[in-house]
Amino acid sequence: MNNVKSRLAKEKRFQIYGIFSIILALSLLSLLFISIISKGYTAFNETRIQLPIHFDQKILDPNNTEEWKTIRKANFNKLVRNAIDEILPGVEDRNNKKKLYKLVSSSAEYKLRNIVQENFSVIGTKEKIWVLADDDVDMLIKGHINRNLPEEERLIDNQELEWISILESKKIIKKFFNKTLFTSGDSAESEQSGILGALIGSLFALAITLILSFPIGIATAIYLEEFAPKNNKFIDFVEVNINNLAAVPSIIFGLLGLAIFLNFFGMPRSAPLVGGMVLSLMTLPTIIISSRAALKSVPPSIKEGALGLGASNIQAVFHHVVPVALPGMLTGTIIGMAQALGESAPLLIIGMVAFIVDIPSAITDPATALPIQIYLWADTPERGFIERTSAAIMVLLVFLILMNSLAIYLRKKYEKDVN
Amino acid sequence: MNLSIIFFIIMILGVSAYFAGLKKSLVLRNDKKLNSTPSYYGSILALNSSLSAIFFIILWFVIEKNFITQLENYRNYLYLFTLVAFLISSILTYKKIKHEFKARDNVEKIIKILLFACSSLAILITIGIFLSVIFESNRFFNTIPIADFLFGTHWSPQMPIREDQVGSSGAFGAVPLFTGTFLIAFIAMCIAGPIGLMSAIYLSEYASKKTRDIVKPLTEILAGIPTVVYGFFAVIVVAPFIRNTGEEFGLAIASESALAAGLVMGIMIIPFVSSISDDVINAVPQNLKDGSLGIGATKSETIKKVIIPAALPGIIGGLLLAVSRAIGETMIVVMAAGMSANLTANPFEAVTTVTVQIVILLVGDQEFDSPKTLAAFALGLVLFFMTLILNYIALHIVRKYREQYE
Repeated sequence: MNNVKSRLAKEKRFQIYGIFSIILALSLLSLLFISIISKGYTAFNETRIQLPIHFDQKILDPNNTEEWKTIRKANFNKLVRNAIDEILPGVEDRNNKKKLYKLVSSSAEYKLRNIVQENFSVIGTKEKIWVLADDDVDMLIKGHINRNLPEEERLIDNQELEWISILESKKIIKKFFNKTLFTSGDSAESEQSGILGALIGSLFALAITLILSFPIGIATAIYLEEFAPKNNKFIDFVEVNINNLAAVPSIIFGLLGLAIFLNFFGMPRSAPLVGGMVLSLMTLPTIIISSRAALKSVPPSIKEGALGLGASNIQAVFHHVVPVALPGMLTGTIIGMAQALGESAPLLIIGMVAFIVDIPSAITDPATALPIQIYLWADTPERGFIERTSAAIMVLLVFLILMNSLAIYLRKKYEKDVN
Repeated sequence: MNLSIIFFIIMILGVSAYFAGLKKSLVLRNDKKLNSTPSYYGSILALNSSLSAIFFIILWFVIEKNFITQLENYRNYLYLFTLVAFLISSILTYKKIKHEFKARDNVEKIIKILLFACSSLAILITIGIFLSVIFESNRFFNTIPIADFLFGTHWSPQMPIREDQVGSSGAFGAVPLFTGTFLIAFIAMCIAGPIGLMSAIYLSEYASKKTRDIVKPLTEILAGIPTVVYGFFAVIVVAPFIRNTGEEFGLAIASESALAAGLVMGIMIIPFVSSISDDVINAVPQNLKDGSLGIGATKSETIKKVIIPAALPGIIGGLLLAVSRAIGETMIVVMAAGMSANLTANPFEAVTTVTVQIVILLVGDQEFDSPKTLAAFALGLVLFFMTLILNYIALHIVRKYREQYE
């Protein structure tokens, strides 16, 4: 009897191991999501300070030329400084003054310049304008810097803290939705940096990947599944190659891109064009394998019916088999695209890793991609960039989730159609 | 003018060729029945002429480097000749359009050739990978003997800038990289192996269908997360946690310890292990299980003594595939593992891996002829063959095992 008891206890223990490992895996997953969301959700806000800007004619356009050529060169920074002096008067010491002006992000003067460029009639008027706060101020307002720490351990010293409290009491420092994050490229200052450049780079690369790998992948799958001669040595070799390519580490594709596309063919470095080409080599096996599965699952009666009515082999395949299998092929393609979107190693090798401020406008412009931007920001120790890294990750994950849900939806629909 | 414009022009010309062919065949149809439907005559005209133009462009680029660059404004000739090639082949085909011309057969032949060409591309890619790593590695091994590379224990790829500089002679002994790679892969497998296997067993043998339908997609989310996200997770959460825990126990753990990178990599490959184990466990025939349960074994005894031994080759194959994935993984180790080579088996120290070194050697300014850059290709060659062999063995085992039960 004792024996049975101990065997049952073992049984129970074994089950608990199983449950424990599932719970462990799922809790690690949730830990990952929680840590990224908790680090990043604040990045969707940005702190701005309202400044009473006087668009002084004497500073902007003393000779009243009303020409952008001369106004462009005006000292817009002076406008910002005057406004800061106005709301926080009485700072005389040189060092203190420097600190005071650093409350506001250096992007403020560019913002004023844009306002004037759009409309010359603001010259001479006085307006209240919200400008970006410096990243340290931003961190304080968001609560990432503890105000109760001793001064020497704080990034913001007592003097600055006092100024910020004055601004808070006047209610001219406030959090807004972070538009900068979605409308600008990379920047050395965390408060001015955004993911738009990387996002566009990723989209360009993905477009190239799709254009190249979708037709080629599907054509390969159709040939291997429908037309290839059986028991042919060459075809077997092709299949072995496809299976091997699916398992080659992604960084090796980067080496291929570097040696062949960049050095042999002399294509531009850091360009989404080359990135997309490398990624398409990587996603081809995924697309081929899943498209073949989709073609295989089409009931043979469909093809036989078409053949029986006198269609040629090609007509039967292209008019009847492929349309039925298309949603399944699209599912595989979308999954391949999602992989390509998250991939970074081969892009590092072909040089899509650089500090690029400009937003790329063509597929041959130097660009980064979203995962690479995440990698670059993750390397930067400032707290402001950690926050933005997590936010960029969230954006990337949202794209991936959307793509995968589309793939699942298509697969469900396809399964219903075939049966 | 650049290539995309040429292709655009060819496309427009192709479309007009289609309509020209269509029109001619429609006229012909009025006196006698045609061999094929009119649209095939249009298609053959469009296909023939645009393909010969594209073929000409490809030919041009193959020989351009060797022969044509001497000509002045040689690119202009390309545009001209492409156009001529298009026109000649379209005129020839246009003349061929007659009642008895088998347009459909011709179109279908071309389509089949195109499909075949696409599927041969897989071989070209493999050859491309092979050539690119072999050529550069060969150049590398001309300066550094292959034995020094494979068996040397000192890795510091910085070449001296001045002749008399001390301590930067450029050593390319890759053993510390291999040990580092395997150490991290080993830690990853210690995490992913048991967790992946146990959750697969639980899900396929114990869990209700409802639980399985919920839990399985959730674990598969882990497989869809980009590796750069895991890298960030390792740097920002796991590494500090391990370091702080180590401090509590009085251990000095490097902030880029092998443990942190391996742990996170383990999390990444859990779904990989569990989905492969799931497949092989489900492939074990039901009558083996029933036999064991029928003579009074408990479920866990059946699993341990019947199912796992029966599925063992498949499970081992799956684990090998997971190892090859761990070896080739780049972003996690680039972000979370160390940069400097360190010959150690201590998981608390920082080690570096093959992939990390490839990235370090190739990112940033590079001259293509220095041994430093070429070393990256030699490492790539080793990595390529390591994963190739692992995959070959793994797939072989898995296939053997499948045949056994089919």
